[in-house]
Amino acid sequence: MTAKIEQASIESLAREVELLGGGRVADCYQCGKCSAGCPVVSFMDMLPHQVVRYIQLGLRDEVLTSRTIWVCASCQTCTTRCPKEFDIAELMDVLRALSYREGKVSVSQKDKLTFHRAFLRSVEHHGRIFELGMIQNFKMKTAAKQAIRDPRVLMQDAMMGKGMLFKNKLRLMPDTIKGKSQVKGIFDRVRELEKAEVKK
Amino acid sequence: MKVGYYPGCSLEGTAREFDISVRKSCGLLGIELEELDDWSCCGATAAHNTDHLLSIALPARNLALAERQGLDQVLSPCAACSNRLITAHREMEENEELRGAVEAIIEMSYSGKVRVLNYLGLILSFGIDNLRAKVRRELANFKVACYYGCLLVRPPKIVEFDDPEDPQSMDKILTALGAEVVDWEYKVECCGGGFTISDPTLVETLAHDIIRNAETEGANAISVSCPLCHANLDMKQSAINARFHEKRNMPVYYVSELVALACGATPEEAGINKHFVDSYALIR
Repeated sequence: MTAKIEQASIESLAREVELLGGGRVADCYQCGKCSAGCPVVSFMDMLPHQVVRYIQLGLRDEVLTSRTIWVCASCQTCTTRCPKEFDIAELMDVLRALSYREGKVSVSQKDKLTFHRAFLRSVEHHGRIFELGMIQNFKMKTAAKQAIRDPRVLMQDAMMGKGMLFKNKLRLMPDTIKGKSQVKGIFDRVRELEKAEVKK
Repeated sequence: MKVGYYPGCSLEGTAREFDISVRKSCGLLGIELEELDDWSCCGATAAHNTDHLLSIALPARNLALAERQGLDQVLSPCAACSNRLITAHREMEENEELRGAVEAIIEMSYSGKVRVLNYLGLILSFGIDNLRAKVRRELANFKVACYYGCLLVRPPKIVEFDDPEDPQSMDKILTALGAEVVDWEYKVECCGGGFTISDPTLVETLAHDIIRNAETEGANAISVSCPLCHANLDMKQSAINARFHEKRNMPVYYVSELVALACGATPEEAGINKHFVDSYALIR
């Protein structure tokens, strides 16, 4: 892969990430311990220490469109072991939020974003997760793709759903709380604040 | 002993037996749980993967509720919830500006007085000797692989609980219940957490390695203290078997179920009947 590296983009990306709470990427000396301990590297297209290196080099789109940032399961092993105490798992959160906001999520990882959005929509409406509704919402958006990719998964999920109903583990109706408008208000005010932040 | 109780969404649904067994075991031990009135979701992975401010504000509402209810200690059995609650608490403690912003968002104040406990921490503070004294039926047939996973022990600077690489709290609890604990390699490996539905390939691969290692090291059961770990090891075990063309039946228990069982609860009172993998063989 070839990429054009410019001084201005190097400084601005590192600063942007730091301002968003992703830490000082300059601290990383590329020892690779994070990648050595990461349980999901085999699913990644860029190793965790390489993500940090790409940011050091200002390669914004390469990082934000990578599979890696969405493959990361937030297990915190990297953060726990980093000899420089750099919080790589937190960096991944910052990168995911940027990738989401800018519409740069890797096509192969879109299901995760779809799931997160279905999850948060459920919380926003009910105050708590309504698992059945959330899973239905997620399945409606992903089932067609899944049927082409691996139809067995649909069957297995259906069986799991049946098992959960049978064991009385899925609520059929949402457990709506008294303060659901308060929770909705939290979502509204966070959105307003962030919109104002982007304008600045 | 009285503590606040934040069940979290999973414990009302797919992890119902975690809720059942936490309440039952605490009842048997004489620990009084006071549920947080009108608690809401902590936002879980979905919030912290997509929106930092939201990921602090959602748990903060629950911390503020606890404070309003006069609870200085809150039990949050779900590892993911407790991790998010503690993270929110710490970030607000360290960043006055953030705390102000979050208070405005949740329209409640939080002075930072709530201590969040996971179930293992609760039992440790109850005392291993006190637990030992409550055992009515030793778990003699059990050779357990204690599986801690990620969020109970990591990141250590945030959760400040046990050893992040070789934790011992669950091992101590199960030993007190009369079970044998095995030494194994996957104690703190990741099971894929919240990707159960959104990335089955990844979850089944990781969970398969965990179950296989437990078996290799001589375990006949796995003990967990997290709803995500339980879903990925128990509920997904048939899908894992199908993917890897194997026929394993490794029972996966919540540690609270084992505490309840050993202290005299029936298997149903402990919630064992809700597992996907049959978990009765070791009890009879």
